[in-house]
Amino acid sequence: MTEDDRLAAILADHAGREGALLPILHDVQAAYGCVPADCYQPIADALRLSRAEVAGVVSFYHDFRDAPAGKHVIKLCRAEACQSMGGTEMIARLEHALGMKVGETKGDVTLEAVYCLGLCACAPAAMVGDQLVGRASAERIEALVAEVSA
Amino acid sequence: MKIWVPCDAAAVACGADEVAAAIASAAGLRGETIEIIRNGTRGMIWLEPLVEIERDGVRHGFGPMTPDDVPALFEDGEHPKALGPVEEIPFFAQQTRLTFARCGRTDPLSLADYEADEGWQGLKRALELGGAQTIEEVTTSGLRGRGGAGFPTGIKWKTVAGAEAPQKYIVCNADEGDSGSFADRMLMEGDPYCLIEGMAIAGLAVGATKGFIYVRSEYPHAIRTLNAAIKAARAAGIIGDSLMGQGPAFDLEVRVGAGAYICGEETSLLNSLEGKRGMVRAKPPLPALEGAFGRPTVVNNVLSLAAVPWILIHGGAAYAEFGLGRSRGTIPIQIAGNVKHGGLFETGFGMSLGTLVNEIGGGTASGRPFKAVQVGGPLGAYHGPDDFDLPVCYEAFADQGGLVGHAGFVVHDDSADMLALARYAMEFCAIESCGKCTPCRIGAVRGIETLDRVAAGDPAAIELLHELCEVMEKGSLCAMGGFTPYPVRSAIRLFPQEFSLSQEAAE
Ligand SMILES: Cc1cc2nc3c(=O)[nH]c(=O)nc-3n(C[C@H](O)[C@H](O)[C@H](O)COP(=O)(O)O)c2cc1C
Ligand code: SF4
Ligand code: FES
Repeated sequence: MTEDDRLAAILADHAGREGALLPILHDVQAAYGCVPADCYQPIADALRLSRAEVAGVVSFYHDFRDAPAGKHVIKLCRAEACQSMGGTEMIARLEHALGMKVGETKGDVTLEAVYCLGLCACAPAAMVGDQLVGRASAERIEALVAEVSA
Repeated sequence: MKIWVPCDAAAVACGADEVAAAIASAAGLRGETIEIIRNGTRGMIWLEPLVEIERDGVRHGFGPMTPDDVPALFEDGEHPKALGPVEEIPFFAQQTRLTFARCGRTDPLSLADYEADEGWQGLKRALELGGAQTIEEVTTSGLRGRGGAGFPTGIKWKTVAGAEAPQKYIVCNADEGDSGSFADRMLMEGDPYCLIEGMAIAGLAVGATKGFIYVRSEYPHAIRTLNAAIKAARAAGIIGDSLMGQGPAFDLEVRVGAGAYICGEETSLLNSLEGKRGMVRAKPPLPALEGAFGRPTVVNNVLSLAAVPWILIHGGAAYAEFGLGRSRGTIPIQIAGNVKHGGLFETGFGMSLGTLVNEIGGGTASGRPFKAVQVGGPLGAYHGPDDFDLPVCYEAFADQGGLVGHAGFVVHDDSADMLALARYAMEFCAIESCGKCTPCRIGAVRGIETLDRVAAGDPAAIELLHELCEVMEKGSLCAMGGFTPYPVRSAIRLFPQEFSLSQEAAE
């Protein structure tokens, strides 16, 4: 399937759906790893919106990326319950160990902040790829990263 | 032998999948036939993974389990992680579980389990009663919105029922953005049919044939469970073209958010659902009259909707018997952060804050002295020991310049840095502001800068911060900008020395 075919298939999937833009953007990001700017116009055409409207929605939501993330995305909770259990220090240690900051991508790995994963009673919490980590420590996350990127 | 291992995201985050795998292989090695059931969580998160084994009809608990603890489950003698009968553990035994009655006991996706445990009885009752009587029951129950604002659910439903329109909607607010909160997630993962039933009853009551569940993208497990549950309920003829084959049509769809806290605010959520930027709308018009796609819409939190089946089965008056003052029924409290016994504790409104923190929560996890508890998420105030007499109910917390919100309680020990927490509150507001009004969008950024000046020892900064809080509180369109001053001011009020120490040092 060519790139254009993939987008066309996604748009066809959602044809006629009420409020289809977010579901479309999620599917586009699942397919391409981000929402490429050259998708804006075809999406706008399909939904009878302007290109600027689509661009505005993409930029509003933290989830949508304009460039693909690393193969391994690590989300670290910065919110209060995790802070109360040493989350801030954990993040600092992990940044040091991996030689990168939250918000950066280095090689295969992207470090991201997240604001609560609903794991506040087993804080600090993180997500390594699809894997949830409760009672997390920098060492445990480092080990998981080493495991997945091996 | 029946063995339960929770599939809840918190249990999984603590290693439940590995424990389940270890149980399967240990049983295989021993040639024992066992049945592993992946239940929801009981909510005693500090004990997760909490494995249960049935003996003589009673479920005994073991936890927190690791794969290394598994072989001993099959050996004679007392297991080192044995907890005795699960429902006799004080944290569990002291609760009044109405909304969470099934959660943790059943396989969340088993229709047979659901039916055997009062499942669909509330919907049946609503079908018998009809819309108007159903709304009466909900009104009698005194149920108020569990999403934070505490608006009476019966009145909201009545407004939507009275609106004439070719299409109406039920929208479940499952955005659960408040840190310290996880009750919505726990219910969606542990008893999804209960939410489906509550939404179906709402649809029937107000004349809506379509429902959306707007779930935050941070909850992939809940999204998977809900989609599977909706599919199963539709295949079983519960929802779809006709409710239980005898009522009107009602169908459901899950919509996934995209990482914006503000989309938990109901009008922002509706914009997001329509495929727009999640900007807050000015009210009026009320969503009840002009909600999703401009149609009359019930927007309710997960817990408000999930309370409804119990109310229909047992009657609104029975629900209203629990509670305190104008806060009727039960509140699923989430106690989290630096606390020994973190988890979900459902109880009638009215328990004192001190009992909750010290007795139910068991004090801090670190064993260090308690410092403060933030109640109601990132927009909620910090409370110190002076507030330990406060009963958990909407009015008492509002009177103290705080809020119960979605009932998340986050405990901090004495190592907490209040200035850093106040700065974080402003930072969170700056990151998550929808941008519609200046006091919130710009004020939060100024707030960060001003707190940095406080930290640097600028003696004029604190006064400026108070003025800024005033502007944000008075001039913001919604509670994002309007309540961000709560955690900031309460932190200053409780621990003034932490906001002036640096000043004195500089002088
Ligand atoms: C900034 C902000 C965030 C909110 N987040 C949520 C949320 O995550 N979940 C929720 O149910 N309500 C949230 N609310 C409250 C909703 O606006 C609304 O009151 C609620 O969904 C109504 O349902 P209820 O009456 O059942 O509580 C939020 C409000 C504000 C101002
Ligand atoms: S207070 Fe903040 S979040 Fe609320 S409408 Fe104004 S800018 Fe948007
Ligand atoms: S605050 Fe970190 S998971 Fe909720």
